[in-house]
Amino acid sequence: MKRLLLWLPLFAFAGLFAVVASGLMRPNDHLVPSQMVGHPLPKFSLPAMVPDKPGLGSATFADGKPRLLNVFASWCIPCMAEAPQLMALKQQGAEIDAVAVRDTPGNIEGFLQRFGDPYARIGDDRQSALQLALGSSGVPETYVIDGHGRIVEQHIGDIRADDVPDILAKLKAAGG
Amino acid sequence: MIAEAGLAALWFAGALALLQVVLAVIGVRRSRSGGGEVLATIRPVAVVQGVLVVLAMLLLIAVFVESDMSVRLVAEDSSAAKPLLYKIAGAWGNHEGSMLLWVTILGLAGAAVALFERRLPKPTLIATLGAQATIALGFYAFLLFSSNPFARLVDAPPDGQGLNPLLQDPGLAFHPPTLYLGYVGISVAFSFAVGAMVTRDVGPAFARAMRPWVLGAWIFLTLGITAGSYWAYYDLGWGGWWFWDPVENASLMPWLAATALLHSVTVLATRDGLRAWTIMLAVVAFSMSMIGTFLVRSGILTSVHAFAIDPKRGAFILALLVIYIGGALALFALRVGTIRQGNTFEPVSREGALVVNNLLLSVILGIVVIGTLYPLVAAAFGTQLSVGHPFFDSTAGPIALVLVAIMGIGPLLRWRRDRASEALRRVAIPAGVAVVTFLAVLLLAPGIHILPLCGLTLAAGAAVASVAPLWRRDLRRTPLFTYGMVVAHLGIAVSLAGMASESAFDQETLVATHIGEIQHVGPYSVTLEGIRPVIGADWSAVEGVLRVQRGDHAPYILAPQSRFFSTPPQATSISAIETVADGQLYTVLGQADDDGRWQLRLWWKPFVTLIWLGGALVAFGGFLSLLGRLLRERRAHRREIEA
Repeated sequence: MKRLLLWLPLFAFAGLFAVVASGLMRPNDHLVPSQMVGHPLPKFSLPAMVPDKPGLGSATFADGKPRLLNVFASWCIPCMAEAPQLMALKQQGAEIDAVAVRDTPGNIEGFLQRFGDPYARIGDDRQSALQLALGSSGVPETYVIDGHGRIVEQHIGDIRADDVPDILAKLKAAGG
Repeated sequence: MIAEAGLAALWFAGALALLQVVLAVIGVRRSRSGGGEVLATIRPVAVVQGVLVVLAMLLLIAVFVESDMSVRLVAEDSSAAKPLLYKIAGAWGNHEGSMLLWVTILGLAGAAVALFERRLPKPTLIATLGAQATIALGFYAFLLFSSNPFARLVDAPPDGQGLNPLLQDPGLAFHPPTLYLGYVGISVAFSFAVGAMVTRDVGPAFARAMRPWVLGAWIFLTLGITAGSYWAYYDLGWGGWWFWDPVENASLMPWLAATALLHSVTVLATRDGLRAWTIMLAVVAFSMSMIGTFLVRSGILTSVHAFAIDPKRGAFILALLVIYIGGALALFALRVGTIRQGNTFEPVSREGALVVNNLLLSVILGIVVIGTLYPLVAAAFGTQLSVGHPFFDSTAGPIALVLVAIMGIGPLLRWRRDRASEALRRVAIPAGVAVVTFLAVLLLAPGIHILPLCGLTLAAGAAVASVAPLWRRDLRRTPLFTYGMVVAHLGIAVSLAGMASESAFDQETLVATHIGEIQHVGPYSVTLEGIRPVIGADWSAVEGVLRVQRGDHAPYILAPQSRFFSTPPQATSISAIETVADGQLYTVLGQADDDGRWQLRLWWKPFVTLIWLGGALVAFGGFLSLLGRLLRERRAHRREIEA
């Protein structure tokens, strides 16, 4: 028994080696895709963030119309960079709902005044609860949701101008 | 020519390392006849090897200083316009250069052992030098065959691409060399352990010989981690002082093992106990350094420290790990069973407390290892995830607190055996202080989270307990190493107080502010008075002029910058920090918006400086201990000669 115990460190190291060697074989992914892609949205109901827009609940997503769900915050600089692309998406017919993460109504109103307001609804997610449930690892992120409330696509990071046609196509595919 | 000379020095150093290994094998075989003549040869070989690798490092620095753009490394990581300090530090601000620095310390450590180690029995010393050279040989091969720092370019560009702006800070000049002195210096403990296993000679004399080397490496490791933490704190502009980044963990893991080793080696030296355990820790400490190096260099984990990512290099280092760590652990399994068991002891005693200390340190080490590697394990099963501070804080945190409590109690116990009732009496005053602190904190800050509350309580108790060993002692006749222990333990308490205070009472304000508007954070009011442009050697910046006032005190100016570097083009924020007796005001300037408002991020961090002050105290305590041990030994040596 004691004999075996002395070999234990070596076995532990061998195990470590196996894990690390297999890790070395795989290419390095820097984006962490959500486990939720392909699954229905989690059940949630968020209060309204700003007075003149409704809040956000999972029920509104199952109305047959595909839409975008944008996770953003006023303190996030890439979100500012992304704003013009969201406006472009809206002008081309996309319906965009939003989750404002760890933010306050005043800051959000200021953000919308400055960078434009592409959103139909904005849910107030002070504690990042929905963000975590979505499997989102940061802001901004944008999800394509089909008419049955299922997540079909996750875009990590800000939407660049060349991403816009791609996202529109995904949205169209989700509707059909 | 300089680059070629550097490469030649590296090759010669590698050849000498090979010679050193061969000599050691011969010496160990002949050890029955004493091995004296082999030792007389192997010593100078180890010293010259050390000199050559230092020369290679100096020549690399020379190539950076003269901005020889035909050397690939210089072209990629430096530029002619850099200030001299960053040209020098730039030599190790990249993969190849930092690996050369790594090997330089390894060679230096081996040379130091060859020059200064006189107490080890000859056969063990020969085996130790052989082990050190074996490690060096592998890493020379790594440099020469897969990471040549002196490689030339066919077409030299007119100027280099420049150093990563985050690294253009005086911190880069000091942090890596200091950290590496500890991180790689602990290799000596590994080689000692291997040497002792080869000759089956583990006992108090071996422990006394090993202790100063462990202490020396541990001091630098402590300093390096402390300095690195402060550097990340002000340089990254995130206001945090520890991020549980894989690279930080890579330096913490050997520190935890070395701290455990430092204590177990004392048990071995004084009471001849914990033989196999001490050997194991010595192997583990440097293994953690090598695993850490592998994690960072292979880019297998995403980290702020990752340089160029190349799986081939990762595979090379991994092969070295298998040889060295696997070899040492196999030797352990084969040999430790044949080493005579040391003394055993009573649970309530100094040794008992040191064993608990070792177990708790090992558990924390295990947690850090698991947390750091878990993303890899999960990835092996197809899941991508990252492990961050919530895991480490809630697992390692409480255990670290228990450890601090044991740290307070341990030195108050006697060696061999103590009476529980008497021990309790000695612990009564520190325990009383802890209880009073607990109630006071609860009264003053009722909403405080449990971890910082316990942290403050234990910090106060442990601070009192750590100076208690000096109670009723003749302070002039107390040995220096006892002062060392007192100061180091006090440092831990001070650092813990800083961590607890920062996490409980930290205040943050994030605003977009017009010029002239007043913002508040903690006891300060901060006014953005204006924005002005500033030009540096290879950067330009906008600087926020912040008028800072606390109560009725005279206001003063803080000037955080948003800096744009030209080579390579990159923007970074340079925080401005005001240090006062009871904490720090930390300011960061962000971007401007279209209305002319500027983003400002302000933190008030009460007593945050205690974290690093404590770290410095811990290192200073280590230094006192080392000095005390060396002085005592010199005196003993002199007496021997006189007799």
